[in-house]
Amino acid sequence: MSVTGTHRPDALGRFGQFGGRFVPETVMAALDELEAAMSDAFADPAFHAQRDALGRDFVGRPTPIYHAERLSEVVGGAQIWLKREDLNHTGAHKINNAVGQALIALRLGKRRIVAETGAGQHGVATATVCARFGLDAVVYMGAEDIRRQRPNVVRMGMLGAEVVPVTAGAGTLKDAMNEAIRDWIATVETTHYMIGSAAGPHPYPYLVRELQSLIGTEARAQMLGACRRLPDAVVACVGGGSNAIGLFHAFRDDPCRIVGVEAAGDGADLHAQSLAKGRVSILHGSRSYVLANEDGQVVETHSISAGLDYPGVGPEHAHLLATGRAEYLGESDADALAGFHRLCRLEGIIPALESSHALARAERVAREVGPGGIVLVGLSGRGDKDVDAIAAREGI
Amino acid sequence: MELKRPALVVYLMASSDAPDLAAAAVRGGATAIELGIPYSDPLADGPTIQRAAQRALDAGMTTAGAIAILAEINRRVDVPLVPMTYGAIVESFGLERFCAEAAAAGAEGLIVADVPPEESGALRAAASANGIDLIHLVAPTSREDRLQAAADASRGFVYLVAAMGTTGARESLDVRLDALIGRVRTAAGGTPVLAGFGISRPEQVAAILAAGADGVIVGSAAIDAADRGGAEALEVFVRNLASGLPA
Ligand SMILES: Cc1ncc(COP(=O)(O)O)c(C=O)c1O
Repeated sequence: MSVTGTHRPDALGRFGQFGGRFVPETVMAALDELEAAMSDAFADPAFHAQRDALGRDFVGRPTPIYHAERLSEVVGGAQIWLKREDLNHTGAHKINNAVGQALIALRLGKRRIVAETGAGQHGVATATVCARFGLDAVVYMGAEDIRRQRPNVVRMGMLGAEVVPVTAGAGTLKDAMNEAIRDWIATVETTHYMIGSAAGPHPYPYLVRELQSLIGTEARAQMLGACRRLPDAVVACVGGGSNAIGLFHAFRDDPCRIVGVEAAGDGADLHAQSLAKGRVSILHGSRSYVLANEDGQVVETHSISAGLDYPGVGPEHAHLLATGRAEYLGESDADALAGFHRLCRLEGIIPALESSHALARAERVAREVGPGGIVLVGLSGRGDKDVDAIAAREGI
Repeated sequence: MELKRPALVVYLMASSDAPDLAAAAVRGGATAIELGIPYSDPLADGPTIQRAAQRALDAGMTTAGAIAILAEINRRVDVPLVPMTYGAIVESFGLERFCAEAAAAGAEGLIVADVPPEESGALRAAASANGIDLIHLVAPTSREDRLQAAADASRGFVYLVAAMGTTGARESLDVRLDALIGRVRTAAGGTPVLAGFGISRPEQVAAILAAGADGVIVGSAAIDAADRGGAEALEVFVRNLASGLPA
């Protein structure tokens, strides 16, 4: 796994007009140190060797691409291919980032890790790498997300992490992130903040992109191997944007459509479409699109999927939107659920609710592209964490 | 901004009772008022100020409304007024519009907790065009280059963060505080250095001034006092703190 050197942020950590560092002074020095440690690590073959070995033997990489033949046939358009991040150890793409950041935390000499989690997948990935490396893990999680992603809360506990419930606000990802950052501000000298998405202050959006970009690098080579051509479109769900940027990055200079899928929630006023419906503001350390009122107060969001239920988005996606390189569309709770069930029944794969948003949109894109075309979807995670909530909702 | 030294700055959250509270704080000995403009996600603030901000927002406080409260306070007291808020709030209002309206309402300084010197160019220009002193923060973790950059970029005073973490009253301040005050004093030249975060007691005030700071900023503990017993309790609290100031 090598780290690509293209499309870097500028000296202030900006992608176009987005990004930067908007945090209290107390953590600015730590961001400088992190940036230096990251650059050292990326230039160090030993870091890559360690990461590759863990990727292969601990995480289970490379993940396959898979032609969803029956789904493609039912949809009746382009071939739909899945990049199977759901097959990773711990069940989602989040572990790619957690492994890389754990190695960097060790290089920084920091043995306490704080993180936020929404769906619990990043919390589980954090707890997992902390167990693996003997680090202390403290994971902040919204009370509402603790309720709807219960299995992951249990897993984090078994792995030895302390899960701190956050009751502020709506008790979802944004509130958990506030508390993780506040913890870090108080403990920054001994603690590494293991952010879970390609968001936050510089260098996090770049760091997380680089740690996730193996998704797209692998998938691109795998597509060329299996199909002798590149896909016509790549599709991924966008919460903070880490699985999406990880998939998109390898394809951004190719002639293919790039489609990010945000949560359209109830399909009306309650949604989490920061890119499609937000305004330019500052949240959690960077300038990007934010769901906020005209005063800049962050407004309530909704999605059936805890991992997409977030009013901000990583700054590089804002840049891809502003430059027209990527499009960002919404899928509602209901349509994501329908996509969820179709993948279960037609392919024998239970997807995460987050990924189900990408699947629902991929069906539409496959019809637009038409027969003879190819659509590649990021299947960011598996749905084990969601089965209880879906069963309760549907009276199963 | 002409700060009386030693300075005792009391932080209040913009709300309908803020003008009465500001008057009480000044009666008790406050030499300047810092007025929080509420933000939904204040990363630099601990539970007390978070709660005060949420209460203000729940009661319908807007940025325009907070500026109106500032103007009301300006009619009631004769000390420098310094709004304090976050980048999302001033950017959403418009940097130029914010500085112009805040200045018209009597603001002499401005603190934006999450906009460090490298990001504050446009804000500095808007503030200075409107005669507002933009104040930057330095922390126990700031290395010399950052400390100097913050001191150089600051007008009015340099805000020294006296404790690691978010705002909130504390038993003990950062162990490096004395040394930090000395470092910031040197970097700041003639610009006053005020310490804030965690301060709640006269002994802390006395120690900070003895270490060479030009004043202190008291936030959460003042809000706690006002929450407990309104303007009267706040006045008593401030008077007690002022007893830590040299005569
Ligand atoms: C399976 C899965 N996909 C996607 C996401 C959304 O995060 P991101 O946009 O950073 O990929 C999450 C977050 O919890 C997740 O668990």
